[in-house]
Amino acid sequence: MFKILKKSELAPSIYLMEVEAPRVAHAAQPGQFLIVIVDEKGERIPLTICDYDAAKGTVTIFIQAIGASTMRIAALNEGDGFADFVGPLGQPSELIHYSPERLAATKFMFVAGGLGAAPVYPQVKWLAERGVQADVIIGAKNESLILFEDEFRALTPNVHIATDDGSKGYKGLVTNLLKELVVEQGNRYDCVVAIGPMIMMKFVALTTKELGIPTIASLNTLMVDGTGMCGACRVTVGGKTRFACVEGPEFDAHQVDFDEAMRRQGMYRTIEERRRAAEAERVAGHKCNIGL
Amino acid sequence: MANKIPRVPVREQDPKVRATNFEEVCYGYNLEEASLEATRCLGCKKPRCVEACPVSVKIPDFIHCIVEGDVAAAARVIAQDSLLPSVCGRVCPQETQCEGACILGVKGEPVAIGKLERFVGDWGREQGVALAEAAPHNGHKVAVVGSGPAGLACAADLAKIGYGVTVFEVLHRAGGVLQYGIPEFRLPKERVVGPEIENVRRLGVKIETDVVVGRTVTVDQLMDEEGFEAVFIGSGAGLPRFMGIPGENLNGVVSANEFLTRTNLMHAYDRQYDTPIYTGGRVVVVGGGNVAMDAVRTAKRLGAEASIVYRRSETELPARREEVHHAKEEGIDFRMLTNPAEILGDERGWVKGIRCVRMELGEPDASGRRSPVEIPGSEFEIPCDVVIMALGTSPNPLIAATTPGLETNRRGCVEATDEGATTREGVFAGGDAVTGAATVILAMGAGRRAAAAIDAYIRSKN
Ligand SMILES: Cc1cc2nc3c(=O)[nH]c(=O)nc-3n(C[C@H](O)[C@H](O)[C@H](O)COP(=O)(O)OP(=O)(O)OC[C@H]3O[C@@H](n4cnc5c(N)ncnc54)[C@H](O)[C@@H]3O)c2cc1C
Ligand code: SF4
Ligand code: FES
Repeated sequence: MFKILKKSELAPSIYLMEVEAPRVAHAAQPGQFLIVIVDEKGERIPLTICDYDAAKGTVTIFIQAIGASTMRIAALNEGDGFADFVGPLGQPSELIHYSPERLAATKFMFVAGGLGAAPVYPQVKWLAERGVQADVIIGAKNESLILFEDEFRALTPNVHIATDDGSKGYKGLVTNLLKELVVEQGNRYDCVVAIGPMIMMKFVALTTKELGIPTIASLNTLMVDGTGMCGACRVTVGGKTRFACVEGPEFDAHQVDFDEAMRRQGMYRTIEERRRAAEAERVAGHKCNIGL
Repeated sequence: MANKIPRVPVREQDPKVRATNFEEVCYGYNLEEASLEATRCLGCKKPRCVEACPVSVKIPDFIHCIVEGDVAAAARVIAQDSLLPSVCGRVCPQETQCEGACILGVKGEPVAIGKLERFVGDWGREQGVALAEAAPHNGHKVAVVGSGPAGLACAADLAKIGYGVTVFEVLHRAGGVLQYGIPEFRLPKERVVGPEIENVRRLGVKIETDVVVGRTVTVDQLMDEEGFEAVFIGSGAGLPRFMGIPGENLNGVVSANEFLTRTNLMHAYDRQYDTPIYTGGRVVVVGGGNVAMDAVRTAKRLGAEASIVYRRSETELPARREEVHHAKEEGIDFRMLTNPAEILGDERGWVKGIRCVRMELGEPDASGRRSPVEIPGSEFEIPCDVVIMALGTSPNPLIAATTPGLETNRRGCVEATDEGATTREGVFAGGDAVTGAATVILAMGAGRRAAAAIDAYIRSKN
């Protein structure tokens, strides 16, 4: 069992958990992810590695309760644990291979949408530890859903906020804010890293293509094993089929077929949704007939 | 004198009933049936069956023990050469190995060696026949990567002679293909696979699941930081192949590995488990091997109308003959000499059919099989909701890519000698990781040979 040492609620239905997993903590690098299984009957759920501490042997993850398994995860408390906790998986971010000179010369912009703040955090932290201050845009529906703002501000002075309803920071889409920063305020970025919902990454990619800035996206595809064994995570990048779990999760955003990726994310959705309805009915105490 | 009776039939679940459940298809022999079947063996002086067995199980000897009424002795005879009789008795391609060579097969039906082996394995397990004890710990540690038949066999043999063995497995359950690939109705997990793994644990072997060798820890770290003197790589051939035809990324196209992993490892067929599976109403499985048969019969059991599409003819089907026979009984539709050209999608990007072309057999190719040739203008469509690709698999490159000095061949297989020595000192390999997708018995044999080589290697260094 992989024990939960700390749990906190960041926003409604969004939890941060520090988990004891020495092997994963020891090996993790920015950009990688892991897979958890809550219990005997749970699904294999891919999650972002949000932070890791090799010395303490802990990994911090982030979970939004949306499906049957994630709801059971959210119900776990400090002292409980995960049946399984596998990782780190996937390739580390490309930037960790940069030479110190190249790092110093590169101006990074991270665009984090919603839960995307979690995978962005270790990258910005990794850079800050090497004296590189990246720019960050955190995008959210409203003020209450902005994640990690203080943590980011502790690492870099250039943290920009965008909310759909304008309850905090810039009112509007992250893409518009990005454009404004570049076109109107004359900021120069050499590399944009976009992590968030597929639809956001798609539009960031379109925007940066226009602006001529190389861009990386981290793809949260469906996954089963996370090791290249099943192909559930197939994405088309540059016209070729790639397995996001082993060749990604980060890819050149200008080459990714986001429309296909979004469609494939929905492959099991109807079934999941039906299952959730059934779960709700079961809890409500009457029989259901969902005819799977 | 051998008994000249016909081969004793084996009891099976009714095809109509079993096509709707995941219970085991074949019930196997009971003591009476096994004893009777055993009397058919001639006890040949030069047994052709043994020659045809990849690990040379002493077949007439164990059969003789059954005739004598001493099943425990039979179990011990098999144990000299095979670690997994209950598994191999169920999944070995006997018709091309022992039974294919049996002298009785020349004129009539061969001895049911597989069914007898299964009987002995099951009996031994159920009666708790103790087969091996671990020698006292000799102070040396060996790491095994992968808990499939190759890894388990290697680990068990090393533990028996006193090594401290840890098996590292990436999935959350041990067993490799026995766990995630071969379905419950052919190889029961709790009744057969679980106890076999338990036996290996009982020898003192530690199995650490959830470890991705190459990511969580590298082979070098295992040797340099964790004190393992040798490493055995039995990581299998788990990478699925796709055809590269248009439409393969539509919703509803999955690899057989994904489909089978969802059902077997993740229990998607059981509503108490969270993992979803999708079959729509009509499923087409592309391929003709064991994996294809397992996928199509699983789809049928999940309620789909299920078909096999295979580009050669029935005689070339690489699957075990018994599986093809069972699949037909269960109402699987076989479309032979048919090759997919494109997968067709609806406006929302979901599979709605598969466009195929008819084939005819041409001249025999290098492998001796007659290669299929397209018949021009023969294209037609099969409507369906799901397409499952069962086209074969290749080894995962992860370990080779993260282990300097470990060489692979063009097909991505680890280069290794018959004894399992690789191009890296102290690193051994065997099973599907070396041969590409093959069989349980070959993997098990390779694991055992490597165990002997690892023992010799560690002795030579100390
Ligand atoms: C659906 C299906 C049906 C089959 N039917 C038959 C049959 O009827 N008869 C027959 O003889 N054979 C059959 N086979 C083939 C047979 O199962 C394999 O040849 C055999 O299991 C190979 O054994 P192995 O130990 O080499 O590899 P595997 O059984 O593949 O085991 C390898 C293990 O290593 C693990 N692993 C991989 N990479 C890593 C890593 N980096 N770190 C840690 N662990 C790792 C894997 O998760 C897996 O558990 C079938 C195969 C499939 C897929
Ligand atoms: S070849 Fe057939 S008859 Fe001869 S020993 Fe083997 S099983 Fe018995
Ligand atoms: S998740 Fe199975 S291959 Fe990527």
